[in-house]
Amino acid sequence: MTDWTKLTRGVLMAGAMGLSLAGAPAFAQEGDPIKVGILHSLSGTMAISETTLKDVMEMLIEQQNEAGGVLGRPLEPVVVDIASDWPLAAELARRMIEQDEVDVVFGCWTSVCRKSVLPVFEELNSLLFYPVQYEGEESQRNVFYTGAAPNQQAIPAVDYLMNEEGVERWVLAGTDYVYPQTTNLILEQYLRDAGVAEEDIMINYTPFGHSDWQTIVSDIVAFGSEGTKTAVVSTINGDANVPFYRELANQGVDAADIPVVAFSVGEEELSGFDTAPLVGHLAAWNYFMSVDTPENAEFIEAWHAFIGDEERVTNDPMEAHYIGFNMWVEAVEAAGTTDADAVIDSIVGVEVPNLTGGTAVMLPNHHITKPVLIGEIQDDGQFFVVWETEDLVEGDAWSDFLPGSMDLVSDWTDPINCGNYNTVSETCGGSEL
Amino acid sequence: MTVFARPARAVSIRALFGGLLLALLLALPGTARAQDTTATILSQMPGASLRELAAAVEALAASGDERAVPILNALGEGNLYETEDGGIYIREGRGPILDAATGETTEAVDADALDLIRINNSLRRDISAAIGGLTLMSENPDTRMSAAREMFSTAEPDNIALLEEALAQETDAGVRRVMEQARAAALLRSDISVEDFAAAVAVIAERGDRQALAILNANLANASEAERANIEAGIAAINQSLALQGVAQNVWYGLSLGSVLLLAAIGLAITFGVMGVINMAHGEMVMIGAYVTFMVQEIIRVSYPGLFDYSLAIAVPLAFLVTGLVGVAIERGIIRWLYGRPLETLLATWGLSLIIQQAVRTIFGATNRDVGNPSFMTGAFEVFGLSITWSRLWIVVFAMVVFALLWLVLNKTPLGLQMRAVTQNRRMASSMGIRTPWVDAMTFGLGSGVAGLAGVALSQIDNVSPNLGQGYIIDSFMVVVFGGVGNLWGTLVGAMTLGVVNKFLEPYSGAVLAKILILVFIILFIQRRPRGLFALKGRAVEQ
Repeated sequence: MTDWTKLTRGVLMAGAMGLSLAGAPAFAQEGDPIKVGILHSLSGTMAISETTLKDVMEMLIEQQNEAGGVLGRPLEPVVVDIASDWPLAAELARRMIEQDEVDVVFGCWTSVCRKSVLPVFEELNSLLFYPVQYEGEESQRNVFYTGAAPNQQAIPAVDYLMNEEGVERWVLAGTDYVYPQTTNLILEQYLRDAGVAEEDIMINYTPFGHSDWQTIVSDIVAFGSEGTKTAVVSTINGDANVPFYRELANQGVDAADIPVVAFSVGEEELSGFDTAPLVGHLAAWNYFMSVDTPENAEFIEAWHAFIGDEERVTNDPMEAHYIGFNMWVEAVEAAGTTDADAVIDSIVGVEVPNLTGGTAVMLPNHHITKPVLIGEIQDDGQFFVVWETEDLVEGDAWSDFLPGSMDLVSDWTDPINCGNYNTVSETCGGSEL
Repeated sequence: MTVFARPARAVSIRALFGGLLLALLLALPGTARAQDTTATILSQMPGASLRELAAAVEALAASGDERAVPILNALGEGNLYETEDGGIYIREGRGPILDAATGETTEAVDADALDLIRINNSLRRDISAAIGGLTLMSENPDTRMSAAREMFSTAEPDNIALLEEALAQETDAGVRRVMEQARAAALLRSDISVEDFAAAVAVIAERGDRQALAILNANLANASEAERANIEAGIAAINQSLALQGVAQNVWYGLSLGSVLLLAAIGLAITFGVMGVINMAHGEMVMIGAYVTFMVQEIIRVSYPGLFDYSLAIAVPLAFLVTGLVGVAIERGIIRWLYGRPLETLLATWGLSLIIQQAVRTIFGATNRDVGNPSFMTGAFEVFGLSITWSRLWIVVFAMVVFALLWLVLNKTPLGLQMRAVTQNRRMASSMGIRTPWVDAMTFGLGSGVAGLAGVALSQIDNVSPNLGQGYIIDSFMVVVFGGVGNLWGTLVGAMTLGVVNKFLEPYSGAVLAKILILVFIILFIQRRPRGLFALKGRAVEQ
């Protein structure tokens, strides 16, 4: 128990008391509960990643209720299972907002889930906190992106490989869908701008759940044996990672020769296998369980107590939910209401501590500031941080490296109030608003 | 409390070092100087940043002390620990704790006080380069071999003298060759005479792999006209052998993918091929087999760690029994009510597959489970420049054994005879006194049990998660339909063909397009030959 939590809790309590005293003569925990929607897959393909996020949200809500709720009212979780079925996700989001009358929703993992529920949140003017690193090129008034944008994960990782490891040849390997495709498009442009020749970039896509990696790994080995330092930038997602890393280990690809830096492999994904042959391969995230701060130690302790299993790991999207939830609480306390428009206005500029010793600030483009950490896989399935950015990096919705999007900015404050404002023509290009 | 204890301990360790140094200084001046530097370097390591560690590695390599190699090895392999009071220790796994400076067992520190010194990739490279330089004249030929390989990949002109010295006393022919290649690679990076250049090029060209190709290509630009022809001939020869290797590699990868497909599909060849039941829960039988392997390994890990290498041998019969029994239960509980109604069977087994998946998810959790490779299934070996991984090789062998056994069961046992009789003419078989319901249950159980065997094999190369089976169900149906329904040989040939074709397409079209092309190919093939490669002939077909 560190001092700040006590302090924050104290402040929150005092704030809650003050507000309730100023408003109606009510005490904490009285009044109608505020409903918080949790929209994650608890069955189907994505259950592997998303079940944990449902659990962490329930833990945060429980903690907040113990600390006196929000606005003096208790929080009540509304959990649905979207079963890795994206049209169903949109349907359930609508039901949550219209029938269950939730005031805020924390949910989705895949970009396709986010894209399919977006219109619902826009139409019904509700709030969605999206906790996973994603491909960018989007900013919506009702959505808060608490995961990393490409400039908070992919670009710094490539910089690290280029500057610290001296990499000159690049394999961009990914699963065949929107996040890897867009990220690789940005990375390819970024590498070309940095002077990497076209023949020194190999791009490779595989289907979801690809399990036979023999050809691709031997291609990578061949590509990497031409004398210049080679690295693999992996946007391979989900279940395909385990056979991929196994094949790397079997074919003797050593991290010291050809390092693989992954954007979708974290502690949770590694908990499924023996990481001894993978020591030295890298991952880029904004949080690692191994980060040594009092905030993180407290979070891990609370998580283990809540879940009742000391073996369970924490990961980056869990931290994103932690930050997003605390930001929402602060914004609601500041606005004095859970009304969506009021919260959208009050949340920009809200600062909350993250788990790595810095602060996360909600930016006008609905992205947040994050540190970027590069970690090397250890034989215990954890990451050892070998590099981190000196300052916090501001999430950039529109990539500066793609021709169509470099002139666009997103700013949801007056006077611009637009998700894709064109700085050249000074118009809000193509926004539906 | 440790705060108060720390200074006293630090002093005592320093005093110990000091005493040791003094003693050595008096006894052996030569060694003592080296010890001096090693001790100083070690004293700087606790709490050092990665950059400071890199400097320490360089200093250790330059010290010439015989302790440098074990210390560097320990650092590289994650066996070097520091304590809060500034001591450096070596410990392999749960073995005894050694003082890094002396290499002797020490009782002075508690295992809990040890903090691993963590390193990164660039440090790992520095360490292996340093060890390469220090172990080139080691007693052990394997150590010399890896040192020579390291020298080849760094190709540092500074090492030429060292390599020549090592070559002068090298007796092992294999190590000698690699050393000569390393020397040639290093020579090509320095200013050398025309004759030396030609000789070095010849040595490298003889090596004949991709690294040699890269070196030759790099030297093509600064070669004279006469040498150019030499180098180009070398490059052409290497390219030709690489092309041949590429074909052999594709065939091997294809056979290996084919045997995975065969394992997944062969159970289906029984339930779908022989019985005509469209069993959408077939993939889940595979998944259950993989989870049985997980359970067996879990019990072994907890109770009998020594048996780990036998875990698969134990899992194989167990997985067969468990999934076989599940199969019999499914047949008795659901499928026997639905014979002759393919659409209902399809829907019922599809629903069943979802139920089994969610049940496994509830019991074991949604995350992947860790199934380890026994030692005989890890790593790879090289044949003619082709790297073959043991796990894949054993899976090919296992698939063939399963196929052979199944063929024997179907063709040489009374049960097989009855199965074929029932599927060919149920009423006739029944009137001959065969208990057809019992044969149905056994056949379905056999098919499911074989799927369980596939699960044991797949647990070695794929995720063990509730979704495991889904990835294989489509491929399995493809193989059975392509090979010809009701024919085991068809399944074998079908699986191998699809595997090899897939692997030859993949390098050109990419994995995504290869999959699509295979599907299109099968659709066209089925249009031409609706009954697959090996069509059954005779009256049975007309049913």
